[in-house]
Amino acid sequence: MEEKKLTAESLNNSDAALLQDIEDALANCMKCGNCQAGCPIYRETKKEFSVARGKISLMQAVLSGKLPISEEFDTIMASCLNCKTCSANCPCGVKADDLILRGRNAAIKARGLHPVKKTIFSLLSNRPLFNAALRMGGMFGWLTFKDIPDKNAVFSRFPVPGMDPNRATAPLASKPLRSQYPEVIKTAGAKHRVAFFTGCTINFMYTDMGKAVIDVLTENGNEVVLPGKQHCCGTPVHVSGCFDLANEMAKHNIEVFEECRADYIVGACGSCVEALKDYPKWLKDEPEWQERAQRLADRVREISEFLVETGYHTDNLGRIDKRVTMHDPCHMVRGIKITEQPRQILKSIPGVDFVEMKEHDRCCGSGGSFCLAHYELSRQINDRKCKNIAATNADYVCASCPSCRMHITDGIVQNHMPQTVYHPIQLLAAAYQKGREKA
Amino acid sequence: MEKMQLAAAMEKIVGKENVLYSPEALYEYSYDATPGHSYMPDVVVSPGTAQEVSEIMKYANEHKIPVYPRGSGTNLSAGTAPLDGGIVLLMLRFNKIIDVDLENLIAEVEVGVIVQEINDHIAQYGLIYPPDPGTVKTASLGGTIAENSGGLRGLKYGITKNYVQGLEVVLANGDIIHTGGKNVKDVSGYDMTKLFTGSEGTLGIVTKALLKLVPAPEAAKSMIAVFDTLEDAGNAVSGIIAAKIIPATLEILDNATIRTVEDFMHVGLPVDAAAILLIEVDGHPIVVDDEAKKVLAVLKENNSREVTLAKSPEHKEQLWTARRMALPCLAKLRPTTFVEDATIPRSKIPQFLKIVTKASADHNVTIGTFGHAGDGNMHPTIVCDLRDEAEMQRVHDAMDDIFKGALALGGTLSGEHGIGLGKLPWMEQQHGKEGMNAMKAVKRALDPNLILNPGKLLGEC
Ligand SMILES: Cc1cc2nc3c(=O)[nH]c(=O)nc-3n(C[C@H](O)[C@H](O)[C@H](O)COP(=O)(O)OP(=O)(O)OC[C@H]3O[C@@H](n4cnc5c(N)ncnc54)[C@H](O)[C@@H]3O)c2cc1C
Ligand code: SF4
Ligand code: SF4
Ligand code: SF4
Repeated sequence: MEEKKLTAESLNNSDAALLQDIEDALANCMKCGNCQAGCPIYRETKKEFSVARGKISLMQAVLSGKLPISEEFDTIMASCLNCKTCSANCPCGVKADDLILRGRNAAIKARGLHPVKKTIFSLLSNRPLFNAALRMGGMFGWLTFKDIPDKNAVFSRFPVPGMDPNRATAPLASKPLRSQYPEVIKTAGAKHRVAFFTGCTINFMYTDMGKAVIDVLTENGNEVVLPGKQHCCGTPVHVSGCFDLANEMAKHNIEVFEECRADYIVGACGSCVEALKDYPKWLKDEPEWQERAQRLADRVREISEFLVETGYHTDNLGRIDKRVTMHDPCHMVRGIKITEQPRQILKSIPGVDFVEMKEHDRCCGSGGSFCLAHYELSRQINDRKCKNIAATNADYVCASCPSCRMHITDGIVQNHMPQTVYHPIQLLAAAYQKGREKA
Repeated sequence: MEKMQLAAAMEKIVGKENVLYSPEALYEYSYDATPGHSYMPDVVVSPGTAQEVSEIMKYANEHKIPVYPRGSGTNLSAGTAPLDGGIVLLMLRFNKIIDVDLENLIAEVEVGVIVQEINDHIAQYGLIYPPDPGTVKTASLGGTIAENSGGLRGLKYGITKNYVQGLEVVLANGDIIHTGGKNVKDVSGYDMTKLFTGSEGTLGIVTKALLKLVPAPEAAKSMIAVFDTLEDAGNAVSGIIAAKIIPATLEILDNATIRTVEDFMHVGLPVDAAAILLIEVDGHPIVVDDEAKKVLAVLKENNSREVTLAKSPEHKEQLWTARRMALPCLAKLRPTTFVEDATIPRSKIPQFLKIVTKASADHNVTIGTFGHAGDGNMHPTIVCDLRDEAEMQRVHDAMDDIFKGALALGGTLSGEHGIGLGKLPWMEQQHGKEGMNAMKAVKRALDPNLILNPGKLLGEC
């Protein structure tokens, strides 16, 4: 009996050691509960372990040796969308979303990685294998997915593990974006050499978004580089708390983009761009890498940020007579804090009737792999988003993130709504196209 | 009592999905917003109907198991801390606004509804429910009723008890009673509604309330005034009331708070000022104009060195940054934050602020004070580090000076946060032995087995 107690205690102690370095950061939480107000998950469950305060307290319980890092600890840390709403509104400035990732990191160290994730991540870490797997999926896409007209979305036809059969996802493209173009797309007398960080979702699924980015960049006199060796930004791995692997992916991308000597590195996925801008933080324990990451980060721009900063033509835009509303992806509004530029671009298109939806900066409920593991809950969160969209009577919904596009499209399909979801840049590209047709 | 047996009994009443007892879940309900209080309950139960609450109470009463009602857990007096294990009764499934009676201006609302949601819902009728604690977006109606919460608009509009006209309450023995009603005048029997309002979960479990609503004010004007001495600021407060004006809001920030906010926000606050007053008058547009003029005159008479009138709603937001950011900025100074709420007659504000400043210097602790000057409800906010035992002793000593000082000025220990566990040590000093005995007699009559939030408000009973 005595011996068993000792073992449990020493176990708790080693678990506590895993969180030691964030003790002060956790102590800054004054437990006011303000984070309940914005947390999309708490709003549905009304349970303390859904909200940042509960998760922080639980880490403190582990830190003080009161509780071990258990399976339930793991589950509780996993049920977070990483939407940053709590951090943005915390009176004490607690970065709860980062601390929760640290909790996940500790859980992996204490308990190992979930076997399903292990398989997926080992695939993710191997770029050629990853590309091959997704390309195969693309080629056999017609076998497993059923098209939904007009929406660039499909229902899963055969059950896919971890995916609800009634869920609309993006189609895997028959040919990934980067295979459709040469590595360098030349423009005569180019203003800037711009490297396009496509990100996985755009490369393998929403190639229409990638094509729009390339069209708009070249239209505005930029030479575009599509480094073939670029890899996933590492976000899915990083937010799982697998920091080591995510950092390896970051280093790979840093090397690839250093090589292509571009003036700017542009991305069109809010999460990807945030990751690229955050690499210096990810690599803070390796000063040399951190420095290289910083040099890269200084040149990273989100596409709308880039266009507004360097200028874009508005004199040759055709009309798009549509009512358009916009959803602010979490990693755009609270991550890289870009909300004005995409609006400016949309409003500059002739004919666009821009309307703001209620709670436009509220999370859509996707949260990366959160929506795979908790589809019901993420659907509930998304239904609120859909209600707000419906109230605008918009024709199009714009979102600068492929994951939001996928999740909101799913919501629109489930709720039998008429809207289509686009990246704002797609509307700009379409307006240039119309301008050319008229000319 | 075996914990598993208890959990099984609870599952029978409310269903498996509404009972939690894993160590992690229990830990999550061991604390609230009060620093330094964490006690493990045995089970967390979420009932959905008054009938279920009644069955839970009958069971708990029979087996003498403590029951701790809980809303959002944002109280600052350890009111929900499960001191002796037992049942945490989570009331958030009571989440319906049942009815808005526009003829009688009464809303019938379940206690798990968040206060802001009531206001969002009735805005369409041009009505407001005035009690607006700083936690209006998080606090449950039940929690605010149990704490008799106040807020920024307390001076003119009153506090929670002024708006609760009737209650549905489950007693310790499981009886379900209804107090009050929709009658504006009602003297039938003891005023049980008022007794339960502010009883901190020690007398019964509230499940539903009838709330009085009032028309939203048509217009408002805000201003901010800077003072070089506390006396001038204090005289201005008394002067405004003496001019027969009751502002909706009349807030004060002391020098320590002003400096802290300016350090973080860089909004150009006068860091050498002794105090800032923030004032808002509201009501009919013509009256508001007239009152704003009179307030301006009073401020000038009392040597305000600078007065700014808000030109637009955006400008008002900008002016009120200092008040809005007071607590967040103070809280960022150190890990632990105690927001106290000692309250004094409004004429005693300058003396009280001096007591606080002296306590801060004498015991070497950091304190910023802001608060509702109009009703004398001050928030001396002590920031420290709970992990530093020596510092915590000094904090306790400073609190002792502040509470005793407030009582000596004819004040009270708590204006709105409640007694809970935090302020128990000073209770007898305020109420005397006889006063405490009378309160204990009420408690024993309604809860003979002492199972409802035991240990709170009265201590040992
Ligand atoms: C940052 C901050 C600012 C604040 N500002 C203010 C302010 O301006 N004014 C103010 O008055 N307060 C303020 N408070 C205190 C707190 O928000 C209020 O007391 C609030 O009303 C508590 O609501 P809750 O739902 O969180 O209740 P809880 O904390 O869950 O419970 C509070 C008390 O009520 C009891 N209780 C809860 N529900 C019931 C029920 N259904 N039946 C019987 N008893 C019940 C509990 O046992 C407990 O004793 C503030 C707190 C914080 C953290
Ligand atoms: S994380 Fe921030 S908002 Fe949430 S309880 Fe802690 S201090 Fe309050
Ligand atoms: S990041 Fe979003 S989902 Fe996660 S705890 Fe914060 S508010 Fe909730
Ligand atoms: S954030 Fe998503 S889309 Fe962007 S690269 Fe990473 S996985 Fe791909």
